Amino acid sequence: MSTRSEKISHKILEHEYVPKHELLSKEEAIKVLKELGVRPEQLPWIRASDPVARLLGAKPGDIVRVIRKSPTAGVSIAYRFVVVG
Amino acid sequence: MAEAEKVIRGIKFGILSPEMIRKISVTAIVTPEVYDENGIPVEGGVMDPRLGVIEPGQRCATCGNTLAQCPGHFGHLELAKPIIHVGFVRHVYMLLKTTCHACNRVKIPEKDLERYRELYRKLKDRWPQLANSLVEFVRQKAAKALECPHCGARQYKIILEKPATFIEEGGRGKLYPDVIKQWLSNIPNTDLEVLGLDPEVARPEWMIVNVLPIPPIAVRPSIVLETGMRAEDDLTHKLVDIIRTNEKLKEAINSGAPEIIVEDLWELLQYHVMTYIDNELPGIPPAKRRSGMPLKTLAQRLRGKEGRFRGNLSGKRVDFSARTVISPDPNLDINEVGVPYEVAMTLTVPEYVTPWNLDRMREYVLNGPYRWPGANYVIDPSGRRLDLRYVKDLKALAESLKPGYIVERHLINGDIVLFNRQPSLHKMSIMAHRVRVLPGKTFRLHLAVCPPYNADFDGDEMNLHVPQTLEARAEAEELLLVEKHILSPRYGGPIIGGIQDYISGGYLLTLKSTLLTKEQVADLLATIDYSGEIPEPAILSPIEAWSGKQILSLLLPEDFNFMGETKLSSGNLKCTSEECFWDTFLVVKRGKVLEGVVDKTVIGSQQPKSLMHYLIVEYGDRFGAEFMNKAFKLFLRYIEMVGFTMTLDNVELRDKALAEAWEYVQNSYKEVEKLIELYNSGQLEPVPGRTLAETLEIRILDVLAKARDEGGSMALKYMGLTNSVYVMARTGARGSNLNIIQMAVLLGQQSVRGERIWRGYRGRVLAHFKYGDLSPKARGFVEGSFRKGLTPIEVFFHAAGGREGLVDTAVRTSQSGYMQRRLINALQDLYVGYDLTVRSAYGELVQFKYGEDGVDPRKTSFGKAVDVDRIIVKNVGWRMTP
Ligand SMILES: [Mg+2]
Ligand SMILES: [Zn+2]
Ligand SMILES: [Zn+2]
Repeated sequence: MSTRSEKISHKILEHEYVPKHELLSKEEAIKVLKELGVRPEQLPWIRASDPVARLLGAKPGDIVRVIRKSPTAGVSIAYRFVVVG
Repeated sequence: MAEAEKVIRGIKFGILSPEMIRKISVTAIVTPEVYDENGIPVEGGVMDPRLGVIEPGQRCATCGNTLAQCPGHFGHLELAKPIIHVGFVRHVYMLLKTTCHACNRVKIPEKDLERYRELYRKLKDRWPQLANSLVEFVRQKAAKALECPHCGARQYKIILEKPATFIEEGGRGKLYPDVIKQWLSNIPNTDLEVLGLDPEVARPEWMIVNVLPIPPIAVRPSIVLETGMRAEDDLTHKLVDIIRTNEKLKEAINSGAPEIIVEDLWELLQYHVMTYIDNELPGIPPAKRRSGMPLKTLAQRLRGKEGRFRGNLSGKRVDFSARTVISPDPNLDINEVGVPYEVAMTLTVPEYVTPWNLDRMREYVLNGPYRWPGANYVIDPSGRRLDLRYVKDLKALAESLKPGYIVERHLINGDIVLFNRQPSLHKMSIMAHRVRVLPGKTFRLHLAVCPPYNADFDGDEMNLHVPQTLEARAEAEELLLVEKHILSPRYGGPIIGGIQDYISGGYLLTLKSTLLTKEQVADLLATIDYSGEIPEPAILSPIEAWSGKQILSLLLPEDFNFMGETKLSSGNLKCTSEECFWDTFLVVKRGKVLEGVVDKTVIGSQQPKSLMHYLIVEYGDRFGAEFMNKAFKLFLRYIEMVGFTMTLDNVELRDKALAEAWEYVQNSYKEVEKLIELYNSGQLEPVPGRTLAETLEIRILDVLAKARDEGGSMALKYMGLTNSVYVMARTGARGSNLNIIQMAVLLGQQSVRGERIWRGYRGRVLAHFKYGDLSPKARGFVEGSFRKGLTPIEVFFHAAGGREGLVDTAVRTSQSGYMQRRLINALQDLYVGYDLTVRSAYGELVQFKYGEDGVDPRKTSFGKAVDVDRIIVKNVGWRMTP
């Protein structure tokens, strides 16, 4: 239950190894969940304290889309459910 | 009375309360006596008849049932003093740390406590993981408190002395179990909740036992030895120990014995109860039998490979299976397995009698259990099972057979069975084969399926299982049949393919110099039941002759194109295009082998992007299997026709060759001498990060490794191109150039842990050398070859080096075995859904698309989904000149 609030640099988003994260709107989130047929907590999780999540302003309960470059698939898309912590 | 079907939704584990133990119990156990002088079990002893029936025919003193019906009944033992249950020591420790010794409340301020409790209740069902981390947080916070927020009492440090002694530092000192029990029983239910306990089923004071359940006799049966002596189960022995100690303790307390005596007995009781539960506790001497064998107590029954979970629940012995030695049979199909008559007459398949198979079924029944193909059992429509061994009139039974009966007939040719070789490391370790019943006592398999099973015939045994239902058979045939596993998901290439003589044979057949007479062609084609036209002979005069390439071409599809280097294409025989003088570049255009030979990289197993691979990818598993059946028979027939063998002469090089190699080695020796001189004079340039001595070793090792490889290769050049050993190495059939060098020229440097051998006497390995001798021969360089022989000293070095290999494999297998186990346990319930997502059994998403790209590696070319180069060759290769 850390309540740290130091500033994190926006530079981390530009780093080669940090994939692109997007915060989904409520409508988008519902659509994604429906397509996958899962409850939000059945998605992989990301902590709200994760540096990228904090920069996005993601709050517990939100869903984040992660767009990765993949050597085999070109681009791969994953979703993460934001949890407390 | 029909009862509503009950469904198990879940299982909840809890701790037995003393009240519950007493309620379950049918009798109190009060005496350590087991049998009286007549050998009758004593009432109130651990073999009390009320605990359940022991002998058949008896009726249970508790439930009135016979042996088969009586479930067994628990008794109980009242302990004179409470004992800490070893399984809960960790929990007790946590509770003592997190609660106050004075008021026994959890050391969290009341209003925080309220908040956490609310939060915990909310999280519990939906977010079990989060609830757990909340509990962990509360525990840590509570343990840190120096003063009780409820009563203000100062808190002491609690120390756990393994295995089960608690000490309150600065307070009461050693905490006795009765004190702890009192403490724990005072913790309120509401406080326990935030500590992660469910007080309904697990009150903490129940972790300290004062009533011990005595398990039914059925759990610990005694064995009657042939001498008439009774041997009791380990648990019974341990229970007697506990009861005896308990009696003594009780007596000591009642007679007002000195505290120290009581304490010692209490300690002893604690030991007995602990080892009764777990006899492999760290820091505790295990309780032993008179023979010195440690007792197998409760935890030992459950734990480990042979324990209840891994040995009886996750894996169990099965019916309809057989195991025997395997041996090769090149005349089988790759899909087949040879099964001995004896096995075929023991294993059965239930077959339903229908109007269409009635005659056949009658035949089986008539043959009976002792004549193949017969039957062992007949099940009539009422479900009665007739054992044909005891049916007097088989003829009458056969007559009475009609639809509705089930005949458990012998295994016959064509039946589908599962075939398995341990260790089952990948899915190809269990494949379905078609049965071929054969004389002999071994299972037989086609040599091309050795690689997926990793089998050889030096005594390997394999298991065979017979699926019993139509669904199981269909599933096995569709999913597990050998031919459906030719391509491996491990590396998108064929794992089933040519090995050893198939490769030598293919090479010899497709050599440019191989010309076959009409008789030979007929012989070859007859072995594969070829019934088409014989092509135009390649040579018309003076006699008609065919090339081996022509024969092989008969098996290739007419539109098949392929180009590629063979294994032979290396060194001065290297060819990378059609214009190849050495015939080492394989060219197939429109199904005709135009040039090149067949070797490992063309038909070998585990060779991706080979001719074999593309044949299977482009024409299907069925075609691939049939191609292998035929081509391999052809190759073997040809190798039989020309003869192919290996003798000592094959590794005998002429003097000139050896002299050349020897000269190279001598020069290397001089180089080593020079290095040693440099080192001694301090002029050696050290490698960065290494000491001078290390640098010297590295440099010497380099020189000597090169001495063997280069010197050996120089000698190898003198080997004849038709030398069988050399042919096998070059085509990839068996052995390598290094193997030949070691046989024919020299063994070279022996090493242990990548270093020259130096261990032994001070400054030298053996007494035969001078102190500090760094020369090649003193540190394990072996000049002898396997043909020439080794000196005694060389034998020693070779043995030292060889041992490392053995140790390595032993260590590696155990490590990879454990890794495999953990991986399987982690992944076993994951599945790929129809939407290509990977999910766990609980519906959690693991991957959003299988492997990120949704590609089946089995169907790719070496991981790539599309292989453009191949598509080009496949379609227009016939007019290409690469
Ligand atoms: Mg073997
Ligand atoms: Zn009973
Ligand atoms: Zn207190």
